Amino acid sequence: MHVLAAGSAVDPALSNLSDNLVLGMILVYAVALFLFVFEAAYGRRQSLTGTRLVAVGASEAENSDLKVSLREQEPEAKASRHVVGKIGMAMTAVGLLLNLAQIVTRGLAVGRWPWGNMFEFVIAICLCGVAAFLFAAMRYRAHYLGAFVLVPVLLLLGIAVRWLYSESGPVVPALDSYWIAIHVSALILATGAFMVSGSATITYLLARRTEVKQALGQQVSAIAAKLPSAELLDRIAHRMIVLAFPLWTFGVIAGAIWADEAWGRYWGWDPKEVWSFITWIVYAAYLHARATAGWQGPKAAWISLIGFGCLLFNFFGVNYLFSGLHSYA
Amino acid sequence: MTEPQQAPPAAPALSPLGWARWAWRVLTSMRTALILLFLLALGAIPGSLLPQRGVSVEEVQNYFLEHPDLAPVLDRFFLFDVYSSPWYAAIYLLLVVSLVGCVLPRAGAHYRLLRARPPKTPRRLDRMPYSATFETDATPEQVFAEARGLLRGHRIADYGDSLSAETGYLRETGNVVFHLSLVGLLVSVACTAFFGYRGNVLLIEEDAFANTLTSYDAFYPGIAVDSAKIQPFWIRLDEFEASFVEEGGMAGQAASYRADLTYREHPDAPEESHILEVNHPLRVDGAQVYLLGHGYAPTFRVTDADGHVVFDQAVPFLDRGDGNFTSDGVVKVPDIAPEQLGFTGVFLPSAATDDNGDLVSEFPDARNPMVVLKGFVGDLGLDSGNPQSVYQLYTKRMEEIGDSAPLAVGDRWELPGGATIEFTGYRDYVTLLVASDPARPYALASAVAAVLGLLCTLFVQPRRVWVRARRGADGRTVVEIGGLAKTEGAAPLRRFHELATQLNQRLRRSDCQADMEKE
Repeated sequence: MHVLAAGSAVDPALSNLSDNLVLGMILVYAVALFLFVFEAAYGRRQSLTGTRLVAVGASEAENSDLKVSLREQEPEAKASRHVVGKIGMAMTAVGLLLNLAQIVTRGLAVGRWPWGNMFEFVIAICLCGVAAFLFAAMRYRAHYLGAFVLVPVLLLLGIAVRWLYSESGPVVPALDSYWIAIHVSALILATGAFMVSGSATITYLLARRTEVKQALGQQVSAIAAKLPSAELLDRIAHRMIVLAFPLWTFGVIAGAIWADEAWGRYWGWDPKEVWSFITWIVYAAYLHARATAGWQGPKAAWISLIGFGCLLFNFFGVNYLFSGLHSYA
Repeated sequence: MTEPQQAPPAAPALSPLGWARWAWRVLTSMRTALILLFLLALGAIPGSLLPQRGVSVEEVQNYFLEHPDLAPVLDRFFLFDVYSSPWYAAIYLLLVVSLVGCVLPRAGAHYRLLRARPPKTPRRLDRMPYSATFETDATPEQVFAEARGLLRGHRIADYGDSLSAETGYLRETGNVVFHLSLVGLLVSVACTAFFGYRGNVLLIEEDAFANTLTSYDAFYPGIAVDSAKIQPFWIRLDEFEASFVEEGGMAGQAASYRADLTYREHPDAPEESHILEVNHPLRVDGAQVYLLGHGYAPTFRVTDADGHVVFDQAVPFLDRGDGNFTSDGVVKVPDIAPEQLGFTGVFLPSAATDDNGDLVSEFPDARNPMVVLKGFVGDLGLDSGNPQSVYQLYTKRMEEIGDSAPLAVGDRWELPGGATIEFTGYRDYVTLLVASDPARPYALASAVAAVLGLLCTLFVQPRRVWVRARRGADGRTVVEIGGLAKTEGAAPLRRFHELATQLNQRLRRSDCQADMEKE
């Protein structure tokens, strides 16, 4: 016999707070974006400190008798710098905290993992994208990616608020599993890193064009001339994919295990499964291409952009064009 | 006489063996592997655009009805069975051959490398990607002792005036493991097609089901499955509960499903109970039982003109998929004279009148269950020998006798001729999926091995380091360090530099100590 659920347990105050936090974080990210663009346009192109290995300062002075030689000089790493960029980084960090607070309050408001629908996924992907950017900025001094990462983040957030918004509520029984924490988190993290890689790859292709033009002695317009070194961007893009690819693999496998538990098969060629498989193959092809003579550089970059296109199609296209078992997501 | 014509210089003809060698080299090249990877991705796309028989046979049938000209052409290219089509199999089998052909020689080379000593120190270390040199008062033996301490985790070979050290073998091991695991995964999937089976069962509350071929509504055995010898378990559905969001914008969305089962592993085993939920299948004797869906089975009692009960049972009605469980079904009453009775009906779990005055269901739960029947009298055609669907009424040899008023639980409909049909209530039913796949654990093991291999191959950095120490003419020891990394990037260079700096510092410290001891 049927038992009726006693109302849906949604905390309206927390839910409201969470909705306001979305607007707050969009505002803060937008300001940070403005500052990053300002830095890119008006900053001075400088060598990045700390990316060069043998300038290890203190120990160098101590070991004056240690003579080091490298067969190939390390590539020059240059990017546009300006003091407002530092403020932009701080604003990005504030935005990240607001983003995190939004996710936490929404999760508390509905009493479940806060990724059960498209709106919640997009917010979480933005969190991971910005976090991956901050990681790259600290670890690889890739602060110059700020503008290129925040543009897609703001676009996604705009789409989320305008078209994907759904009010707080419980999820369908199929999503009521601890696997949502494992499967979806891994894929959201991977998507964030892929997004940074995609931004870096587009910047790489632009920067490479600039460098080719400069090598030919042609005039290059101001902003294009201030792009970071192509080689540097290529390396960042590769590193982000190296981080994201195993996460994606793990996420897809976790999804297969969950599907085995929920739907009775671990792989059933559902459209979402097909496109996550395609995305995986294309990024695998990218990793192979980078290790194949004649495919490095722009060719590999285009492969990774195709991969990113598949990823986006998997997220938006599959949900709106096809009906499948993943129709709630 | 004419001059014999000069034959053009022909390219050296390849022998069959030569051609085979050439084909093998092309197939196992990275370029071919890349192209095959792209084909694999491209080939997967139509499978997501077109309905697939492996996913939903009905959708494929609908596509055939909607596109009668195009569908047969697409079908000729297996586009409704993409993932089991010969051309897709050709792509992935070629890829597997290419992969194995590429990986096995690498595995062999890696095995030999693991058995061999780290390579002899090159004469010129200053030609290495990283090299450093310094002088120290320590003896070469002291230098080597310190270097060994710093080269923990490396395999070290002593070549007299130098040490050769190597680390990061796990990268190539991971690479081999990853690729072979993918092959293992494919083999596991293939095993499922041979030794697994799956079947669908509809089970009404209080009814039971024994795992035999005849119990299934649909049964899909693997090629090597003996359908007569499947696991002999037995399951009864004691109770099913569904709860729905009652109010707000998400009203009507399902909140939870729960089926209470009693089961036996085999006919002689004791009864056990299990709560079957969406993410909580029942595992019994190597098979999994999943809750796929649910619905309503209204119960009817038919009494003939003499007052005898000739029919009293639950009849599963199929959900139309309108979100509120408006369901259609058929009631067949064969054991009644003089003529058989048949009904088509609509079940409305929460009947209400909408704005147009039509009777509809406004909620998925059974708040106000009602049934509307259309009656037929005549020959049901059950004795013709042709199998009939229980969800279809064959009215060719029957005569319509009209529609009932909406019936609430307990209402009766008096039929012409004196018989009556009473809507006595409803029971829930569940649809279950039974799946048996002996290769599942191997698929999981392959997947786990693939991830571990992938992590190793992406993050382990194989490096070779050489440390040479020789007495110079002035009696001081000249230390040379060379580093060679197999991966790109600055990280290994940083490691080499760290090593050189530390070695230098440690030796200076011991120099200082020696000096102090002398004084």
